[in-house]
Amino acid sequence: MTTDTPTGVREINADEITATIAELCQEATHFLPEDVVASIERARDTEQSELGKQVLVEILQNVDIAKNEQLPLCQDTGTTVVIVELGQDVHIVGGLLTDAINAGVAKGYTEGYLRASMVDHPFSSRVNTKDNTPAVVHVDIVPGDGLKLKVLPKGGGCENMSAFKVFLPSAGKEPIVDFVLRTIEESGGNPCPPLIVGVGVGGSSEYAMYLAKKGVIRSVDNPSPDAETAEFERELLERVNALGVGPQAVGGINTALAVNIETYPTHITAMPVAVNLQCHSARLKEAEL
Amino acid sequence: MPVEKTDSEIRISEPLNEDDIAQLKAGDHVRFYGTIYTARDAAHKRLISGVEEGKEPPVDLTGQIIYYVGPTPARPGRVIGSAGPTTSMRMDPFTPQMLELGVKMLIGKGGRGPMVQQALQDHKAAYCLAVGGAGALLSKSIKSLEVIAYEDLGTESMKKLEVDGFPAILCCDMFGGDLLQQGRNQWRQQDKLGSYEPIGTASAGKTDGGGK
Repeated sequence: MTTDTPTGVREINADEITATIAELCQEATHFLPEDVVASIERARDTEQSELGKQVLVEILQNVDIAKNEQLPLCQDTGTTVVIVELGQDVHIVGGLLTDAINAGVAKGYTEGYLRASMVDHPFSSRVNTKDNTPAVVHVDIVPGDGLKLKVLPKGGGCENMSAFKVFLPSAGKEPIVDFVLRTIEESGGNPCPPLIVGVGVGGSSEYAMYLAKKGVIRSVDNPSPDAETAEFERELLERVNALGVGPQAVGGINTALAVNIETYPTHITAMPVAVNLQCHSARLKEAEL
Repeated sequence: MPVEKTDSEIRISEPLNEDDIAQLKAGDHVRFYGTIYTARDAAHKRLISGVEEGKEPPVDLTGQIIYYVGPTPARPGRVIGSAGPTTSMRMDPFTPQMLELGVKMLIGKGGRGPMVQQALQDHKAAYCLAVGGAGALLSKSIKSLEVIAYEDLGTESMKKLEVDGFPAILCCDMFGGDLLQQGRNQWRQQDKLGSYEPIGTASAGKTDGGGK
């Protein structure tokens, strides 16, 4: 239930957030975004390696089966990363935002027969929480009275190949190229190529990785609005695909579907660079309340 | 015959021996029929710890096939949920001991480290790739599922699967052939890589992390 108050503040009930998150978890894990599917189809059509092409054919068959038979695209239904764009004129009532999101994740994963992959303590007990909670939640405050929820079920295969390094401030682009290529080549088949490569440059250490994640969720058809960055994205994509890693690392010319670079101003002493890889099963679903 | 080459496919079923494995080469398209066992991180840890304490493995692993998978729960009326491979590299520390126990074939995704590649040659065993992220497709060839050990581990329990035409690609053969290294050598375009120096043993992958 949503209410407009006399002060211009819009109230959104926590229950509505829970119900929406539950739906998004199920939809994200069953249906691949259309831009990603089209991009894999282009890769299939251009792939010169026979084995690589066969892998891409199977990946596309998998997309159809998942959609038609209500099966998750991948058995790793991920850490549930939720990015919230919260209008500053919104007041959430009836519960805490994070609680509402976690209740939605628990509902979505349990009712949707999705795999619970979260364990309680990372280096100690590691007992499965059984409903994939807690989610990893990021909140960006934005103008207006809208509430956008983005659900990104992020699989371990690709997430575990993340890398971060701080380069010298005057280093320029070349070490970024080497770092991205090294990360992808060393990862081989583990992150399930063809990949979407998110690169975050600037900010502080934790913010650089968040920028890389934002790169991962930007559409494969949507270059950076900054001309120089967009040119660098094209150049990096060509070089990534020159590695020869190919689909599932069997060899080929399609190692990545896109390289998306996000930048932010940074400190005079540093150039932080973060790389976050996204597998071909680039699951993402969003809704606006 | 555990390994049977027809015009259209190479059929593999347990129990496998050295002569069967010797017929397989990196890059072969293969299909599995009959029984395969699942085990991933936690099951490997428990199985190997048990063996080190003098216990028998839950099943006789001689000539058997191990698939690294942690499926999603089955919807009512289904055998299994989505069931694609997990990152094999994480099982590398346990693999030589699994091969000593008689395992002849491994199925997962991603490359194997030098230690495992050597162990495959020493034990006359092989490693296959299933397509990572194709768990819905791969589940179609799984006809039955029975939890045989470590039920408390949930998705990570050890399961006996009956499969009918489960598709895979031979990655590491018993002669040292490694499809991932071969593929990269064949398809790398060094002229576009500039000053970047490719890694020599790229398919070994990183020594930490890995997921699915």
